[in-house]
Amino acid sequence: MEHQRDTYLDYAATTPVDPRVVDAMLPYLSDVWGNPNSLYRRGREAYTALEEARERFARVIGAEQPGEVIFTAGGTEADNMALLGIPTRARPDGGHIIVSAFEHHAVLEPAHELEKRGYEVTYVKPRPEGYIDPDDVRAAMRDDTVLVSVMHANNEIGTLQPIAEIAAIAHERGAYVHTDAAQTLGKVPFDVTALGVDAATFSGHKIYAPKGIGALYLKRRTPMAPLIRGGGQESKRRSGTQNVAGAAALATAAEMVVADLDTEAPRLAALRDCLVEGVTSTLENTVVSATHPERLPNIAHLIIKGVEGEAMLLQLDARGIAVSTGSACSSGSLEPSHVLLSIGCPPELAHGSIRLSVGRYTTAEDVEYFLDAFSPIVNRLRDMSPVYAKMFGSHAG
Amino acid sequence: MLYTDKVMDHFNNPRNVGVLDDADGVGEVGNPVCGDMMKISIKVAEDRIADIRFQTLGCGAAIATSSIVTELARDMSLEEAVAITKKQVAEELGGLPPAKMHCSVLATDGLKAAVDDYLVKNGREPISGGLEHDDPHFDPHAVPHEDACDVEG
Repeated sequence: MEHQRDTYLDYAATTPVDPRVVDAMLPYLSDVWGNPNSLYRRGREAYTALEEARERFARVIGAEQPGEVIFTAGGTEADNMALLGIPTRARPDGGHIIVSAFEHHAVLEPAHELEKRGYEVTYVKPRPEGYIDPDDVRAAMRDDTVLVSVMHANNEIGTLQPIAEIAAIAHERGAYVHTDAAQTLGKVPFDVTALGVDAATFSGHKIYAPKGIGALYLKRRTPMAPLIRGGGQESKRRSGTQNVAGAAALATAAEMVVADLDTEAPRLAALRDCLVEGVTSTLENTVVSATHPERLPNIAHLIIKGVEGEAMLLQLDARGIAVSTGSACSSGSLEPSHVLLSIGCPPELAHGSIRLSVGRYTTAEDVEYFLDAFSPIVNRLRDMSPVYAKMFGSHAG
Repeated sequence: MLYTDKVMDHFNNPRNVGVLDDADGVGEVGNPVCGDMMKISIKVAEDRIADIRFQTLGCGAAIATSSIVTELARDMSLEEAVAITKKQVAEELGGLPPAKMHCSVLATDGLKAAVDDYLVKNGREPISGGLEHDDPHFDPHAVPHEDACDVEG
């Protein structure tokens, strides 16, 4: 058995729950168990906790009012609410929507659904560097454009998008703007008002809170038909008895990531740069997937030419290292990552992509351990390939 | 999606990796654009597979199915070798996730191509009956059992 060191480099997929976040939740998993919608004491206690969490989260993201925060069961639900809810309430008889072509599936799938319901959707392609050019959004705008949704940072390649500029362009033409900010809160300075968006998606489990809690920021007076109907909780915008413990966790986790931002972002960026530098300097035929300089501090995304991603992932797993890949084989489909294809990465290279994402508990030792393990794995797989030497020349270490 | 221990064993310790320099037949199938490619080389003696090596670019299942097919084919007659089915390959590995069944086609196709290459080089008729991947009706997305359809889309 080779030496193993539990090395988690997939913080963009999910994060461990911070013990301080667990502490913040515990009262609502024990003594304070009332329904926040009940009028008696137990209900009022839960209500107070829920509204306190809402106020705290609203403050962290820069919302003007706590009521602009709607708690959801996660980022996917928040994306679905915005994409399906805003156009159908603002323009019930149909209209035009703009999304970027490299959105998360939680945005793309509702966009496809809107097409089935008679809306027209423009999928704006990112530039090869990995960003949406605001001029491309401007060119796609129409008089009947009702919603523009562009993610704040791409979850695979880690590039930041010029949301404030895009929002200004959309607002000039009277459209609403949504951004999926699941990857950015706590990674870059964040303020919904400064971004100028009407709706934004947040996810708890990307920021050391548990899975199953998220939020949609919905600016006051933004029309939105509810996705989940029932008892009318969350001011009739999201029915269902609220997840009080989850809300407390989300607020606490968000405060923590934002409080640590000034020290944590440069620390993560240094680890990220070590990973990129370490891989590209020791292995030939490796490149950074997207060159846009505005990027998340915690994601390194690389193309390892001539190797299939899932094979790398499994070999790394055998050494105790967790990473992601954009290869088709890891996804259960036969298509490589739509994100990589959208920036013009050829499929044969997209199959060899690897995403390394660092976080709160990543150390320099983790990076070193990864780099030591990675080169032999890649060289071995390249040696096993019938085409590597032909396509890219011998690996030569 | 989970791989069986046997798939992981063949992936981590693939058998018969390499190229036979004096190969009698070589089969090359797949396409890097699709993410998988396989090359199989065989030595033939008295119409039996005397030696066999493979090289594969691909995922865990592609490498494991390549490895097991070389073990299965060694010492087989040419007729027996081309008759190995993707189902047989998957069963030998204790099963494959539905989305990975097409990987076993790569392995059986590679073997068929190598056998036919040997025969044609020696002025004989190919016997494989064509490669499954070349069949216009071949659907790599096809899921063999409905009850096995637990793969995320």
